[in-house]
This record gives sequence, C-alpha cells and structure tokens, in this order.
Amino acid sequence: MEEFIQNIVNGVAQGSVYALVALGYTMVYGVLQFINFAHSDIFMLGAFAGLYIASWLSPSLPPAVTVFLVFGGAMLFCTAVALLTERIAYRPLRKAPRLNVLITAIGVSLLLQNLGQVIFGSDPRVFPALIPTRALFGTEGIVINNIQVIVIFVSLSLMLLLNYIVHHTKMGIAMRAVSYDIQVASLMGIPSDRIIVFTFMIGSALAGSAAILYGLSYPKIEPLLGVMIGLKAFVAAVFGGIGNIMGAALGGIIIGLAEAFVVFYVSSSFRDAIAFGILILVLLLKPAGLFGTVRREKV
Amino acid sequence: MKKFIALFVLCLVIGTACTKKTGETTTAAVTNEILFGEYGSMTGAESTFGVSTHKGIMMAVEEANKAGGIKGKQIKVISYDDQGKADEAVTAVTKLITQDKVHVVLGEVASSRSIAAGAVAQQYKIPMVSPSSTNPKVTQIGEYIFRVCFIDPFQGSVMAKFSINHLKMKKAAIFRDIRSDYSVGLANFFAEEYKKMGGEIVMDVAYSSGDMDFKSQLTGIKGKKPDIIFVPGYYTEVGLISRQAKELGLKAVLLGGDGWDSEKLTEIAGDSIFGSFFSNHYSHEDKSPVVQNFVNQYKAKYSEVPNGLAAMGYDAALVALDAARRAKEVTSVGIRDALAATTNFQGVTGVITINKDRDAVKPAVVLKVVSANTFQYVTTVNP
Repeated sequence: MEEFIQNIVNGVAQGSVYALVALGYTMVYGVLQFINFAHSDIFMLGAFAGLYIASWLSPSLPPAVTVFLVFGGAMLFCTAVALLTERIAYRPLRKAPRLNVLITAIGVSLLLQNLGQVIFGSDPRVFPALIPTRALFGTEGIVINNIQVIVIFVSLSLMLLLNYIVHHTKMGIAMRAVSYDIQVASLMGIPSDRIIVFTFMIGSALAGSAAILYGLSYPKIEPLLGVMIGLKAFVAAVFGGIGNIMGAALGGIIIGLAEAFVVFYVSSSFRDAIAFGILILVLLLKPAGLFGTVRREKV
Repeated sequence: MKKFIALFVLCLVIGTACTKKTGETTTAAVTNEILFGEYGSMTGAESTFGVSTHKGIMMAVEEANKAGGIKGKQIKVISYDDQGKADEAVTAVTKLITQDKVHVVLGEVASSRSIAAGAVAQQYKIPMVSPSSTNPKVTQIGEYIFRVCFIDPFQGSVMAKFSINHLKMKKAAIFRDIRSDYSVGLANFFAEEYKKMGGEIVMDVAYSSGDMDFKSQLTGIKGKKPDIIFVPGYYTEVGLISRQAKELGLKAVLLGGDGWDSEKLTEIAGDSIFGSFFSNHYSHEDKSPVVQNFVNQYKAKYSEVPNGLAAMGYDAALVALDAARRAKEVTSVGIRDALAATTNFQGVTGVITINKDRDAVKPAVVLKVVSANTFQYVTTVNP
C-alpha cells in the first residue's frame, strides 16, 4: 500500500512535467492545426538557459531570488526562440499546405538539436541544485521531497493561470476564436498573426518552466534531452485530445502515472512502450482523444 | 546490357586503381612511423572515459617518442571519437584500419563498444588492445583481441567478497543496466559469487542506460530492505540512482564497479554517494614508486589526478609499445605475436601477463567515495 502511494507521488511529479510540455503542443495545434515538433527542443534550450543563468548569477544572492531569476530567464529565453522560429520558419508558410509546415517543424527540431550539440557539446551537463532536496514528509514507506512538491505545485498553478487566460481574458477569447476558425476570426477584426504569436509565447514559456522543474528533479541535461520527453508529451496531448488544454494536462499526468506503475509492477523495459502503447490504443478506440471532439472538415 | 557491363568493368578498373594507390602511400608511411589507432568516447554520456583514456595513451606515446621511438621510428596516434555509440565505434575502427592503415588499435572502455568494434579488428587481423573493457566476451572475439585489465567474473567476485567479508552485509539488491553487456555480465558474476558465499539476493531489477527516473525500481528495492545495492552501471546513471535513492530514504550502501570511475560521479550524485564503494584497477594513493611517478608526471602534464581509466590507457599503450619493440618486424602479425607473449610487464596498474585467453590477470582495489571526486583506497583483492 505504501509503495502504491509512493508510486502515485512519483508518477504525478513526473507527469506534471509531461503535462506542461504537452500544453505547448496542444495550444499550437489548437490555433494552427499543426504539430510543432520543435517544441521539445525549445524545452531542451530552456534547461540549458537555466543552467547558464544559474552559473552567471553570483552565489551570494538569496536562493529564492536565484530560483526566480532562473525560472524567469529560462521562460523568456524559450519565448524568444519560439518567436524567432515562428517568424522565420512558420509564418512564411502560413498559406502553404499543412504538410509543408509539419516538415519545416521537423527541420527546425533537428536544427536546434544539432545546434545544441555544437554549442553545448554532447556530454551530459549537471544542472545546479538550486534548491537542495530534502524530505518534507517521511514515514518508513513513503517519502515526499520538497522538489516533488514544488514540481506539482508550480505546474498546477501554471495550468490554472493558463486556464484563466484562455477562458477569462480578451486574449483568451481571441485565441479560442482563432482556433475555431482562423479566417472568420480575421474577418471579425481579430489580428490572427498576433494571436498566433501570443500562443507560441505562452506554450514556450510553459516549456521553459517545465525545463527548470525537470532540471531540479533530474540534474543531468544534454542536447538530446527533449527528444524522449517531447514524444511522451506529444502522446499525452493526443491522449487528452489534441487541441484540448484540459486533456493535455490530464494526459501528461496519466502517462507519468502509467510509467511509474509499469516500471514498478512489470519491468523498466516497458517504460517507453507503455506511452506508445497508450497512443495506439487511443488512436484505435477514441481517435479524438479523451476530451477531443471530432471536427468534420468542410470541403 | 552491354552498356551496363562496360560500366561495371569501368567501375572495377577505377576501384582497383584507387585501392592500389592508397596501398602505395601507406607502404611509404610505414618506413617513417608506426601508426597507433585509438577510438573512444570523447563525447557522449561516458565522455570522461574516452577523455581520460586518451590522456593516458598520449602520455605513454609521447614518452616513448621522446626516448627515441621504436626501432628508430616515431609513433603516431590517430584518434577518433565514437560518441559513445557502438555503430560509431565500428565506423571508427573500420576507418582506422582501411584508410589510416594503423598497426595496432587501442580502445574501448565500454565492453559493448569493444565487442562491436573488436569484430572489425579481428576480421582485418589487426591487433586490438582494450584498456579497460572487462566483459569476458571482448577477447573471445578472436586471437587478435587483447586487454590489459582484469575481467568481470573476477571483478564481480571482488565486490561479493568485499560485501560479505569486509562489510559483513549479506542481503543485497542488484540494479543492473539491461542495455549494457558490461553491467549485465558484472551483475551475473556478482550474484553467482554472493550466493555461493551465503549471501541473499532479495531483489534483481533493471534500468536502461539513458533513463532519468529510477524511483519506481528504487521504491521496489526499498520494500525489500537490503543492506547493500549493487549497481554495476556507468557513472551518469549511477549518479542519478544514488541521488534518487537518498531522496526516497534508502539507507542501503551502494556498491559498484570500475564504471563509476569519473570525476562526474560526485558532481551528479552530490553528497548522496559519499560512503559508497566500488572496485577499480588502481588507486592513485598507492605508494609504490611506479604509481607515484606516473601520478606526478600526469599531474604535471594535465594538472589533475589520473583516474583508473587514464592509468589503464597508459598501460594499454605501454603494452602495445613494448610489443612493437619486441616484435621481429613491425607488422600486425608481428605485433600480435609479441602481444600474446607479454609476460610480467610492469605497468602502473600492476604486473601484466597476458594469459591464453588474451586477458590480463591482476589484482583489483576497492575504493570508497569519501567526498567530491575523492576516492579513498580501502583494500586490495588478489585473484
């Protein structure tokens, strides 16, 4: 029983990171109907941005300030890179067939990965322990540490904030309008390009914060870090119903839990298999995902 | 059809012409210098292995060149990075042999990569000396593959004996890397010896190299309350495992093998790994003049303390140089025969005698991780 609860805690903490990354996939899909494969590498860049910012800051700063600056810096950096890719790679293709954009996204992803290897080197780097790990709650069988609590708390707050933005602000309403029908939204006077940029910004800021949370939990980062996490987050987004924010968040946590349990009760070799197994099952049984609605394409 | 045949013949002609040309240039090169090929993980997840080994090899070769080389010829080392990938290792060794025409190949540290690339060396009949691949399968490839380190059946038994005789701990869990030949082999040999000595294996679980999260497996291990956890992996994963074990409140002592030997181990693991033990090829604290001389020169050259893999790289190069010196003529066959005849060669990591399986029989040391990048000598275990 204790082990069961421990696995839930571990799974939710891991799943929260997937969820934050999945939100970026699902939001961009929502407005542009394409999978931004470069999102996972923006996540990776966020982790490295955090690493460098932490090493530049003077160690005499109070830890809380350092953590805040690292979070803020990584989010800003991710946003900047995402804006740049949107402007250079995606916007010129706005009118092109969706497949072209998709292939461009894969190209951007590979570019960022290899650029990362050139700039940072392919050796794993150690992410600084900005917050020393200590047990918050510990019995003989269950231990919950401060990092896990921070990961879950920060992710949940960011998701609630996102939910507020999407449902209760003008920008959010515009986002939903663009997602519903980009042409009609433009006709109604919504600056669709600006809304798309805004969506990219939010998605990548979330990826940046996820990267720092990830670095705090697993202090080993490398330029190919985003590949596997990106795939898992993508599965989470599809699982929840791509384009659906609530679905992506839940999908991430479910994938995290599924991994924790499958490794504990079956074997670690199935860790990656379970995520993709879920993907296949979802595509077979409920092609639109948990919360997705089937949208008929009008011809 | 005629056109095709003509084209085919043309290709053949061009092909033979090209190979002949490269052949000539190497015969010319042979007269001036002896070529050593080296491949290793200079980058990638186990980069410190390749970098340390490379430093050791270069130091040995530079010393030999300064002393006048071998048979009046200078030794040149050609090094390739395999990025820690088995397929890159195969490409590197193929290139070393077919393009650079090296006489001897030195490498790798990781057994999986030595096994993959060793097959190439054997195929072209070029002698390969692995500095520190400990899996038995490496030299079983064929009569051209050698190593200057001990093998895992011995290394596994060292830690089993250490746990039972020295630590008096008889309840062990094993946490192995299922993707690494080295880790799986070492885990099996440890388990065999541990059970033979009356110890109990309460749990045997696996991870895959590249994993970041080990909490599920560690939660399972925690439930079984072992005294020790044997983690025969490489330092990157071991660092994360140690950290997460501590986070989960595991009190068991971690034990491991020579795959732990890296300055990055404590960097990743932090203080969670202090008090753990691992087996290794040598200790820089060894007071013997051979070791101290090596340590001082290495420090003077690279301003760092040589780890076990640097010492093994140095010894591998020394053994290969010695074989080239003793060989009747500097050809791959000549060097192979001289390597096989190596007896009582005094290296930094001990006296090296190549046995009939082309392995070295040597003692192992047990080191304790005491603080950041400081591994304290505990004991020596003889075969």
